[in-house]
Amino acid sequence: MPVEPFIRMRGVSKTYRSGKKEHLAISDATFDVMPGELVSLVGPSGCGKSTLLKILAGLHPNDGGELKIGSATHAFDPARDVGMVFQAPLLLKWRRILQNVLLPAEILGLPQKESRERAKDLLALVGLAGYEDKYPYELSGGMQQRAAIARSLVHDPKLVLMDEPFGALDALTREKMNLELLRIWKEAGKTIVFVTHGISEAVFLGTRVVVLTAGPARMADNFEIALPRPRTLDMKTHERFGDYTRRIYRLLGME
Amino acid sequence: MNASTVRWTLAVLAHLALLLAWYLFVKLGNVPRFVMPSPSATLDALLQPNYDWWANMAVTATEIFAGYALALVAGVALALLFTWSKALEAFFMPLLVSLNMIPKVALGPLIIVWFKYGVFPNTLMAFSICVFPILLTTARGLREIEPELLDLVNSLKGSRWQLFTKIQLPGSLPYIFSGMKVAAILAVAGAIVGEFLGSDKGLGYLMLQVQVTLDTPAMFMAVLLITLIGMALYGLVLGLETLLVPKDARVD
Ligand SMILES: Nc1ncnc2c1ncn2[C@@H]1O[C@H](COP(=O)(O)OP(=O)(O)OP(=O)(O)O)[C@@H](O)[C@H]1O
Ligand SMILES: [Mg+2]
Repeated sequence: MPVEPFIRMRGVSKTYRSGKKEHLAISDATFDVMPGELVSLVGPSGCGKSTLLKILAGLHPNDGGELKIGSATHAFDPARDVGMVFQAPLLLKWRRILQNVLLPAEILGLPQKESRERAKDLLALVGLAGYEDKYPYELSGGMQQRAAIARSLVHDPKLVLMDEPFGALDALTREKMNLELLRIWKEAGKTIVFVTHGISEAVFLGTRVVVLTAGPARMADNFEIALPRPRTLDMKTHERFGDYTRRIYRLLGME
Repeated sequence: MNASTVRWTLAVLAHLALLLAWYLFVKLGNVPRFVMPSPSATLDALLQPNYDWWANMAVTATEIFAGYALALVAGVALALLFTWSKALEAFFMPLLVSLNMIPKVALGPLIIVWFKYGVFPNTLMAFSICVFPILLTTARGLREIEPELLDLVNSLKGSRWQLFTKIQLPGSLPYIFSGMKVAAILAVAGAIVGEFLGSDKGLGYLMLQVQVTLDTPAMFMAVLLITLIGMALYGLVLGLETLLVPKDARVD
């Protein structure tokens, strides 16, 4: 039996309305995400990537088209199965790191003791063991973003949505976080949709890349990245890596 | 001595210097008692049992604290309500800004017509003067909260109450406190004006009574006690702020 897709999106569109003004943010988004995939979403600024993630998170309804998340083998509960990471870490200043990571578990009313154990394990997974009792301002930007990733996993969601999570980091930290993310993804076994402006980041991380063109978002391309795993930084110099990035640059009209 | 001890010492010295200047001015200038009493004459006023100092002080303090507490609850609740409904905010906010322009003191005679005189109308005066600064700063604080943080909670289908207690209230607390500090000073003025305009109890009422008999020491004492109530309220607010708001998050 062929594996069913975890996310099935067909001709999804979205119009923002404020008063009389209408703004078509997404005109036609069509793609599938298989369970356990890490799909990169690239496209120019303002083309509707964040909007697409909000639709996936159930924060906005889609106006047209079809969206189905979950399958017979991978059930999906819209309240419990979404984890989110944003460009800014958005940690709560008044909470210690462990308490920050626990926020989703608190909101869902998960058992406290188990959640604490899980939060500690996750902090260790993202390389923040020993920082449980620090306040966010005591951590660097990269460390805060790791804590935000731990927070997105604490309630054990099936789907993690990341909106340019490394966009605010310096280039070196960003490469390091890319490797970390691949490790976390492998160990946590989640389905991840990863929005980025970085074309090489998209290719390096993704099992598949979905390219959107300037707003309103339309599908420009959707292809698999057949680079071996585990991915290593030296792959970025491989010819095939260059082929993929060139393909995206061409689609975005930057060549 | 470290910097904070120096500051405290200087603060105490400044207060003592004012007391001394007051004393010397009255003594050396031979100022009559009904114009300006000496510090000791002012203290002596407390010994007048028929002034009912403590009962009157309790009444004024009640008006101030009750009006203030009501304004705090109403101000924060209204600001929160506005985050739930943009239409509600668009409708009421401009109106509230206009109402804020009314000098609340000018409402005093009206409030007395509507509610007679007593503790309640004076509480209402304190309330009406406090509620706007608290409402406006809280609304500002709530607006400053990153929308993605709200998205995060909403993606987990968190309730409005969870959103309020876990994100909105603690997030806007620094702003709420900046409004509370402004309001603490206004609350005192509101209650006293209320008592001036019409009342049969309280320190403001007492001031009018002793004014007739030119008992200036008692008037001085009344002002001093009113100031002390204000300081107690302000100190309470500062203490709570120190306790609840991390230093790097405070706004002034
Ligand atoms: N709440 C909203 N109301 C009205 N218009 C909106 C809203 N959110 C986004 N838009 C508009 O929809 C379009 C797509 O926005 P979106 O944030 O999804 O783009 P994006 O691809 O994430 O951009 P970026 O890469 O800069 O983050 C933009 O033109 C934006 O102005
Ligand atoms: Mg975006």
